[in-house]
Amino acid sequence: MLMSTVTGCKPVKLALASGKGGTGKTTLSTALALSARGPVWLLDCDVEEPNCHIFIQPESQRTVPVPVPVPVIDDTKCTGCGACGEICQFNAIVPLGKKTLVFPELCHSCGGCARVCPSGAITEQDIIVGTLEISTRDHVTFVKGQLDVGRAMSGPVIKAVKQFASDDHVTVIDCPPGTSCPMIAAVSGVDFVLLVTEPTPFGLHDLRLAVETVRTLGLPFGVAINRSDAGDDRVETYCRDEDIAVMVRIPEDRRIAEAYSNGNVLTAAVPEYIPVLQRLIADIQDRVTGRQP
Amino acid sequence: MKIALTTSGNDMSAALDSRFGRAARFLMYDTDSDSFTVIDNAQNLNAPQGAGIQSARLVSDAGAEAVITGHCGPKAFQVLKQAGIAIYQTSAPTVQAALDLFKKNEMQELTDADVNSHWL
Repeated sequence: MLMSTVTGCKPVKLALASGKGGTGKTTLSTALALSARGPVWLLDCDVEEPNCHIFIQPESQRTVPVPVPVPVIDDTKCTGCGACGEICQFNAIVPLGKKTLVFPELCHSCGGCARVCPSGAITEQDIIVGTLEISTRDHVTFVKGQLDVGRAMSGPVIKAVKQFASDDHVTVIDCPPGTSCPMIAAVSGVDFVLLVTEPTPFGLHDLRLAVETVRTLGLPFGVAINRSDAGDDRVETYCRDEDIAVMVRIPEDRRIAEAYSNGNVLTAAVPEYIPVLQRLIADIQDRVTGRQP
Repeated sequence: MKIALTTSGNDMSAALDSRFGRAARFLMYDTDSDSFTVIDNAQNLNAPQGAGIQSARLVSDAGAEAVITGHCGPKAFQVLKQAGIAIYQTSAPTVQAALDLFKKNEMQELTDADVNSHWL
């Protein structure tokens, strides 16, 4: 315990991800943030359906819009040369004779069209695609990203939330489920990924996909097994065979389920987990700094 | 006049593909010469997004003045309209059956997209 006290303030960017949804990412993220010693940043990057705020119940909110640049065509300057349509990989800009159409919802804001336009007909203008909410509770600085309804691309909002990651303290990032673009945007550049899973065939199937993803990204990672005494032992066997560290096991506990259903954080219902989670943060910090515990 | 008909086959007896953007092929029928050519649309059939937009460009570049298909989404509709291409909707089972209806003037021109965007 002494070492974790000493290492409690060491900066680390920790992402909680999973293949399968509903394994306990938010439960563990919020519990880790509230258990941490010293200041901690909690970033809700599940911007299509953020829910950490339900458990954190933060105060003193301020909101910041998330803009992305999209092209706007000056028809008087456009010669219809088609260069913009050729460079766009997402079919977001469509030259049709002298008229060029823009579909902002398909645009990935790369700026390529404006760059290649030989007649200077394309400028970029910001559209708002989401909102950040910045708030606090006790030692936790909490940032929630929320993608606007009707927007298809969550990447810009996820990246905007991650701008708030701390270089001086512990940052806990609650990621979206799955292994597609939003999850990759959320885990990219972190120091460590904790893959939260459950001991079921579905849990194992999606854990394999998540492991493949973080290995491809070259990120250090470990596994957290939630409801660890339910289901079967295939997740444990898989982790042993693949030489993957199981960092924490949380057995099924009715008190945790009841707390979750009431919008309460895990540590409020089972405070005996606070030292366990402090130890988990210290273990991860040790792994990140190269000192294997 | 060139008409683009969506199809999953290669000739006049082939099935009419009810999808526009992700149609397998376009049968380009020329009413002046009563002949046709077939354009492959595999690239757009497998596109991650914007299939309707690119399919509309494809038939526009091929010189179509009309499109006959089962359904048309909002982005494809916008591009086709901009390109000055009329869109006719039908549930006819084959290319030939659709053309017969068109020639008898028994086909309705679409005035707006009849299906929603896949994004919203």
